[in-house]
Amino acid sequence: MSGWGHWQGGEGMSFDVMIVGIGGQGTILTSNILGKACVIEGIPVRGAETHGMAQRGGSVESQIRIGQEFGPLIAPGTADLLLSFDLMEAVRAAHWLKPEGQIYSSREFVVPTSVFMQDLPAPTEQMLLEMLGDRQITVIDSREIAEQAGNVLTQNIVMLGAASPMLPLQKESLQEAIRRTVPPKTIDLNLKAFDMGIEAGKL
Amino acid sequence: MTHTRTGNIDRESDPGFYMVVHYLLGNEAIAHGCLEAAVDVACGYPGTPSSEVIDTLRMDPDRACKVEWSVNEKVAFEEALAVSWCGLRALFTTKHVGLNVAADPLMTSAYTGTKGGFVILSADDPYAHSSQNEQDSRCYARFARIPCLDPSTLQEAHDMVRDAFALSEEFSLPVLFRPTTRICHSKSDVDMGDVVVSDRTASFEKDAGQYVVIPAHTRILHRKLNQKQPALQKRLVELGYNRYEIRGKTAVICGGVGASYVREVIGPDVSVATIGAYPIDEGWLREFISRHEKVMVIEELSPVIEEVARQVSGTIPVYGKMSGHVPYEGEMAPDRVAGYLNAAGFETSVTYQPAEKPAALPVRPPILCAGCAHRTAMYAMKKVFRDAIFPSDIGCYTLGIQLGTVDTTICMGASITIASGMSLAGETRDIVCTIGDSTFLHTGIQGLVNAVYNGANITVVILDNRITAMTGHQPNPTTGLTACGVATPAVPLDAICRASGATFVETVSPNDLTTFINVLKEAKARAGVKVIIARQPCVISEKRSKIVRGRYSVQQDACIGCKACIKFGCPAIELNGGLASITDLCSGCGVCVQICPVGAIGREVKE
Repeated sequence: MSGWGHWQGGEGMSFDVMIVGIGGQGTILTSNILGKACVIEGIPVRGAETHGMAQRGGSVESQIRIGQEFGPLIAPGTADLLLSFDLMEAVRAAHWLKPEGQIYSSREFVVPTSVFMQDLPAPTEQMLLEMLGDRQITVIDSREIAEQAGNVLTQNIVMLGAASPMLPLQKESLQEAIRRTVPPKTIDLNLKAFDMGIEAGKL
Repeated sequence: MTHTRTGNIDRESDPGFYMVVHYLLGNEAIAHGCLEAAVDVACGYPGTPSSEVIDTLRMDPDRACKVEWSVNEKVAFEEALAVSWCGLRALFTTKHVGLNVAADPLMTSAYTGTKGGFVILSADDPYAHSSQNEQDSRCYARFARIPCLDPSTLQEAHDMVRDAFALSEEFSLPVLFRPTTRICHSKSDVDMGDVVVSDRTASFEKDAGQYVVIPAHTRILHRKLNQKQPALQKRLVELGYNRYEIRGKTAVICGGVGASYVREVIGPDVSVATIGAYPIDEGWLREFISRHEKVMVIEELSPVIEEVARQVSGTIPVYGKMSGHVPYEGEMAPDRVAGYLNAAGFETSVTYQPAEKPAALPVRPPILCAGCAHRTAMYAMKKVFRDAIFPSDIGCYTLGIQLGTVDTTICMGASITIASGMSLAGETRDIVCTIGDSTFLHTGIQGLVNAVYNGANITVVILDNRITAMTGHQPNPTTGLTACGVATPAVPLDAICRASGATFVETVSPNDLTTFINVLKEAKARAGVKVIIARQPCVISEKRSKIVRGRYSVQQDACIGCKACIKFGCPAIELNGGLASITDLCSGCGVCVQICPVGAIGREVKE
């Protein structure tokens, strides 16, 4: 698929997106943008999130099912798109994708504190990429791009922008959903990060 | 213009604010349903996955109802019941295990009945995402003989809770509303109605026969409760909560969020009955089952539907948990439901291939925040009490299991009592228990009174961060603010402890590591019940209050790579090339400075 499409699924069909990262990286905000974009387009949508204590620096995931009228949960091996804010978490969640599914991941990854405490070897970027085998992955330098956009905290929007051409949603709907979701003072900053993400995703 | 509000969501900045369809969290949709029913009072105690219902109501700037975070579920339940007795509409919220705490008034409130609509929201947690067990609240409804509503989608959750108040008033019974984690914490487009502002005023009409449950009264009340049941069963079918569609010779009976997975995967020629409410009308279910050759029941947790189905199925085979085709534990998902159906010979429209397991990666469990004083308190406990037993409780500090200072956790308030029980048993090692400020006020105080009075030999560390942090930073009586942000005198924990009879009560911040360790040593040297209040505000609360402390950094040429700071376990401290370094997660607590043996850590110097 290329370019921003229209959703044209049937009953029980959906375009399923996994958003993964570490608690505090903005997975819920990003999934809210996708959900609101669906409402703007009048498409049914279901989502599931990690709340509560699990957010304290642990692995988190948001599931978004664009066009889905039934349950919020994606079955392993069936997701269309994996959006990851941490390369190690992309590897952890890759089995949710169907074989032809696409991964968009930040290049950065945080080594869990327990690795240092227990003196275990920390994986390298090369090792993580090798673990993904022949999965289709686009790695984005989200930190640098977010800093160029004006704030390192916009990394999640950079990543959303990079992956957005894969989504069955209009670019304008996503931009409007960003306006409705982020703090008012940061709208221009986030829209800029989104556009820069789109460019980065093309490379 | 109709005003469709959505609580604490950032609607002021949202041009779509007055649209009717919103993308909402389940708990936000439930809160809005309550506002559409003109709820007068909402009380509860925070607990995942229920907390955002009251959080949404309390943060609503246009709120017309009264909202309270109470000290525990029994207190909240009884207040909500009294509100109902005064003729107002009341909501009580809890997580499933909190209903155990409120079970005493629950059971008898079915006898006394209600006046204003009374909805008990008890959120279940299949798979125990954030809970100590997987109990099924539907069993409580059956036990108490009150109606139970069990939504399968967010829209249904919104509509059901809105209508539950009227159902409660129709039968003068509390209504148990039972969403699960995948309702509370999932999201969907939800079609909402208008907020209605109540015009009711509280007025209690005395009636000893109803409200004073002496034996002579309660025997009559019990008979009345039982007499309500047949009409209630019929009404739940009339209201459309329990419904079916005949499509073939085989059938699935499903309930709760499991019903949405069934709808997603079921074959076109399989009949489906959806159970959204209890008690189930047995005649209605018998009629449905009798039109099929075999049926399967799909429901999470206890076999509540299945037991009724088996009672009325006659010779028609019933597949489910009791036949070994569906597990009693855990949560469902579309692929699992399809697997259960296929294994029992029921047709599905999709089949799923098993997905290859993820590669072996270091685990990333939740962890205490950088700068969290719980870590420091537990680090010090481990230093001073090397071979002690550490009973603990329910809160963020349960994550101290990673630090080796959580040996037991069973339920709210059970740290002090497990400690005093071990002392009573004659355990000779030191016993040092931990409990949070909110949990201490919830059900910890009674255990402390009991331990002191009966001569236990224990150390109690109250981890006092002035907030109920784990469930999303709800204020409690140590915070000095009510649920709606009204300033009120904070409850003095040290005075409560002294009034409980404890004579050794010391309040100290763990961030002052040396003093904290000295107080622990002093406690270790004494007999009896020693209380240490480890007081330091939650780092997340501090950040939200814009309290900023400078970060720390490691002077690389001074670091000797001894890993003393690494072993502390702060997520802001990393090991790179054998030397420690501090990341931008640092919140400036300064504890690592006190741990470093060579003085290599100091205030970050801006270049």
